[in-house]
Amino acid sequence: MTPKRAEHIALGLMVSGAFLALAILLFIIAVIMIKGLPHVTLRFLLDNPMDMGRAGGIFSTIVSTIYLLVVSLIIAIPLGVGTAIYLTEYTVEGKVTKIIRFGTECLAGVPSIILGLFGFILFVVKMGFSWCVLSGGISLAIMILPVIIRTSEEAIKAVPQSYRDVNEVLGGSKWQGVIRLVLPNAAPGILTGIILSVGRGIGETAVVIFTLGTSLRTPFSIFDSGRSMAVHFYILAQEGISMKNAYATAAVLVFSILIINIFSYYMMHRFVKGRT
Amino acid sequence: MPATAADIRKKEKIIQRVFLIIAFSSLFSLFLIALFIFIEGFPMIMKVGLKDFLLSTRWSPTRGHYGIFAMIVSSFWVTIGALLFGGPLGLMCSIFLVEFASARWRAIIKPALELLAGIPSVVYGFLGVVYLVPLVRDYLGGPGLSLLTSCIILGIMILPTVISISVDALVAVPNSYREAAFSLGGTRWQTTYMVTVHAAKSGIITALVLGMGRAVGETMAVIMISGNALKIPTSILDPIRTMTSNIALEMGYASGMHRQALFATGIVLFFFVMALNTIATLFARRKAIK
Repeated sequence: MTPKRAEHIALGLMVSGAFLALAILLFIIAVIMIKGLPHVTLRFLLDNPMDMGRAGGIFSTIVSTIYLLVVSLIIAIPLGVGTAIYLTEYTVEGKVTKIIRFGTECLAGVPSIILGLFGFILFVVKMGFSWCVLSGGISLAIMILPVIIRTSEEAIKAVPQSYRDVNEVLGGSKWQGVIRLVLPNAAPGILTGIILSVGRGIGETAVVIFTLGTSLRTPFSIFDSGRSMAVHFYILAQEGISMKNAYATAAVLVFSILIINIFSYYMMHRFVKGRT
Repeated sequence: MPATAADIRKKEKIIQRVFLIIAFSSLFSLFLIALFIFIEGFPMIMKVGLKDFLLSTRWSPTRGHYGIFAMIVSSFWVTIGALLFGGPLGLMCSIFLVEFASARWRAIIKPALELLAGIPSVVYGFLGVVYLVPLVRDYLGGPGLSLLTSCIILGIMILPTVISISVDALVAVPNSYREAAFSLGGTRWQTTYMVTVHAAKSGIITALVLGMGRAVGETMAVIMISGNALKIPTSILDPIRTMTSNIALEMGYASGMHRQALFATGIVLFFFVMALNTIATLFARRKAIK
């Protein structure tokens, strides 16, 4: 085989691989949207599920999902951004940073079912919270923590060193530099990471089903149980309760994830552009 | 009263302490997770015996049999299978993106492929059941819910992991390597497989190993498409039940010894994943040393 021929064949293979992957993505989005969106009406979004989800809408699951995400973000943002600030501003590379980074990588690799087991035994059983927004929120916070740490660290690192130098020359303390210069300038990048982790949290099922529970009531206090959209979709589909409502729920899920991802991509683009 | 320099220094010290404590939150979480899974699961392994737990295929918690060998084998095969589907496809995508694609195509394809990571695993599982399972059942036989369908769906699900890390590895290869190969008369493909892929080898291995880590831990999609039969698969068309799906399926109603056995399965899974993570870190470090 001549090198030229090999080149053509290889290129053909690589291109078809990339387009196959792209086709799979488009197929998933298209199927869910085409089969689901026609059933997504205002009433579907604003009615509570009735008869186990056979009828009615998904209002209580939307509330549960948002509630759960807000609680987990309240926990994960200070910890994640704080870790990133420590790693970049308050220490030098060494043994401690290496250990923290390795721990973060490992945490990112922990399967969601293990996180679910952990959240269930510690928060639901041992601490007696039972299935509730708080149990689910803490467990989900642990899941998104590595994402927030990693993206915040990159965003903070991208802030030019000269900013910090100027702060020092002007007699500002390190803390003042972090609060007034580093964080505001890294904010778009940090926000991108937060949005990305919201996208991951929306679709999570294994962690949520064992910690938030599956109650269809609208949660009010953080000690109420609830059912996220992803869990609702899983139960509708797996138990064959209603294909129509399963597709509609999936469409809402996938649509929000699409919007979130596109938005965070746009944010990151602007952030990167602003830097160069 | 204005703050003195000593005051500020003292305040800075406290702030640094606070951040140090926060920085250990992820490590502390990891420790707690390991601790509680162990506390719940380990006594049960001691009671049943490690050999009967790991190497027996009899799992019937109501009769006091807690052997998870069939699930370990199933998890193993599904991980290998996912790698066989997702590995080559992911590498093809990354090589195309880094070595062949124009900047414009890259700007479209890369974020699109990252979107694959955002699709919830329940959606993958559901579409697998609706579209892939009937195809396998009608054309290849068997119940359709099988090892094969699980491998294909998981192969797709690990794509974003494989692609993002191997793209980073390929991008990190200095351009001078490629220029040297071109100047020796190499074609683009010769340069790619003889020089670039070779130089990015440890990063690519890291990508594949982390992809395996994702596959072995995936739960919801596998529950939906694997058929959940409790036996060692003898063909790729057999239904399977992995460690993860067994935990999720039975956790809802398990209690006592049964629940402990599920946590013990979690320990085994935890070991698998940590081993894969450590291997990945070692390969990533080798690259860094070079």
